[in-house]
Amino acid sequence: MSYHSFLLEPISCHAWNKDQSQIALCPNNHEVHIYKKDGAKWTKVHELKEHNGQVTGIDWAPESNRIVTCGADRNAYVWTLKDGVWKPTLVILRINRAARCVRWAPRENKFAVGSGSRLISICYFEQENDWWVCKHIKKPIRSTILSLDWHPNNVLLAAGSCDFKCRVFSAYIKEVEEKPGPTPWGSKMPFGEMLFESGGSGAVSQPSAGASGGGGWVHSVCFSHSGNKLAWTSHDSTVSVAEGGKSATVSSLSSETLPLLCVTFITENSLVAAGHDCYPVLFVYDGAKGSLVFGGKLDVPKQSAQKGISARERFQNLDRRASEGQGSDKELSSLHKNSISQISVLDGGRAQCTRFCTTGMDGGMTIWDVKTLENSMKNLKIV
Amino acid sequence: MSKQPTSARFRRVDVDEYDENKFVDEEDGAENQLGPDEAEVDSLCGTGNLIEALHAVLKNPPINTKNQNVKDRAEGLVLKVLTAFKSSDIEKGVQSLDRNSVDLLMKYIYKGFEKPSENSSAVLLQWHEKALAVGGVGSIVRVLTARKTV
Repeated sequence: MSYHSFLLEPISCHAWNKDQSQIALCPNNHEVHIYKKDGAKWTKVHELKEHNGQVTGIDWAPESNRIVTCGADRNAYVWTLKDGVWKPTLVILRINRAARCVRWAPRENKFAVGSGSRLISICYFEQENDWWVCKHIKKPIRSTILSLDWHPNNVLLAAGSCDFKCRVFSAYIKEVEEKPGPTPWGSKMPFGEMLFESGGSGAVSQPSAGASGGGGWVHSVCFSHSGNKLAWTSHDSTVSVAEGGKSATVSSLSSETLPLLCVTFITENSLVAAGHDCYPVLFVYDGAKGSLVFGGKLDVPKQSAQKGISARERFQNLDRRASEGQGSDKELSSLHKNSISQISVLDGGRAQCTRFCTTGMDGGMTIWDVKTLENSMKNLKIV
Repeated sequence: MSKQPTSARFRRVDVDEYDENKFVDEEDGAENQLGPDEAEVDSLCGTGNLIEALHAVLKNPPINTKNQNVKDRAEGLVLKVLTAFKSSDIEKGVQSLDRNSVDLLMKYIYKGFEKPSENSSAVLLQWHEKALAVGGVGSIVRVLTARKTV
């Protein structure tokens, strides 16, 4: 588990290149910095300055090596590397509020941008005019789109929104692709069609116990590797998984932790999520029973050196903190010292992830090794 | 400086009311939510079967109704049951509840904090500590983010 502290400010968003030698991140300002791995160190190699507002989303297309960034200035830029310099191309999103998140489609012929204008912009490149055009998905979104994730078939798009719902839309653009085959989520997929909508959040098994309060903002959504399962985390401290085709079965778990801000599948049945509690947690989904269980807290236990406290320290503590102990309960024992805002899979894809990376508001980035985690936590079971 | 001759009454207009895209909450059916059954709860309290009384009073929470009386009545009943418990029994009471009921109990506890009476806060704090141990911080987050509360 390697923790690297990049900055003192929060890392707003990050994206890795194809071979994980470079990371593009936004240091909470209008720029994007690209760092390159240099042995054990990271050196800054590029600075991308074009946005006029905070950069809220970055995604790096692995095959075509293009970076798309979106920002609070209502713009998105597609960056291509020419002669060692990243050159931006403006994409007109036609939104009148800040853009919040951006994702390349799996085949990298289009990307989706979620924004505060209550719509999703699907942008694709038009050959004749040599520029990026966008189409909007508006209904029935009623608030800011916080997170997006593409289905492996390049057509379906999951969107988590501040109107407490997670939805799956079709983003089929006939100009750039052929008609997709049927999936468990539906077979007719015209552009903008909504194929699934969650009822906010609520345990389906006990509707009478008042559990369907309306949920919270959906912070993060993630499709599984096959695309048949969709997981999302919500601000009311719940994690939910829905399976395509079984629209009535939404398994959700009300966790005991603070709200989770990001989630990803690491195998077909296991999810890792992280959030305001500053450490990642594992959840295991059982498709047969339709249940989601808490798998364990994934963090490196702090090696607390229990050295004897000297008399001098005792008096100092008494003076400073009015307490006699070593007083380290105020410090977090997790690797990250502030909320984790984004999680990304590094190796192995979402089917057999071996390494994943988290960045957070403490300006640090941690790379987690799944094998090491499995070995060190005794009753951790990654299905 | 001259005084403004025109009226400033336009500043009091609530522009959000006229926004076409205004977010309107969906109304759920609320007619049959009458709150916990008073007679049942009283009889269970009377026989000393407090854990059953706790379960009974947490049934049928008036979450969806707009009727403030129903909500007040429910809150009063819950408070009565919670105060009837002995301090040492509170933990057992909380353990007997399932996850959703713990969340509901947290909602009632915070509702009770809003209108303190002589001894209610102390009792509620004890319940809060035990419910927190079972429900975790997540249950409090759910009280804060719940859009339809007790």
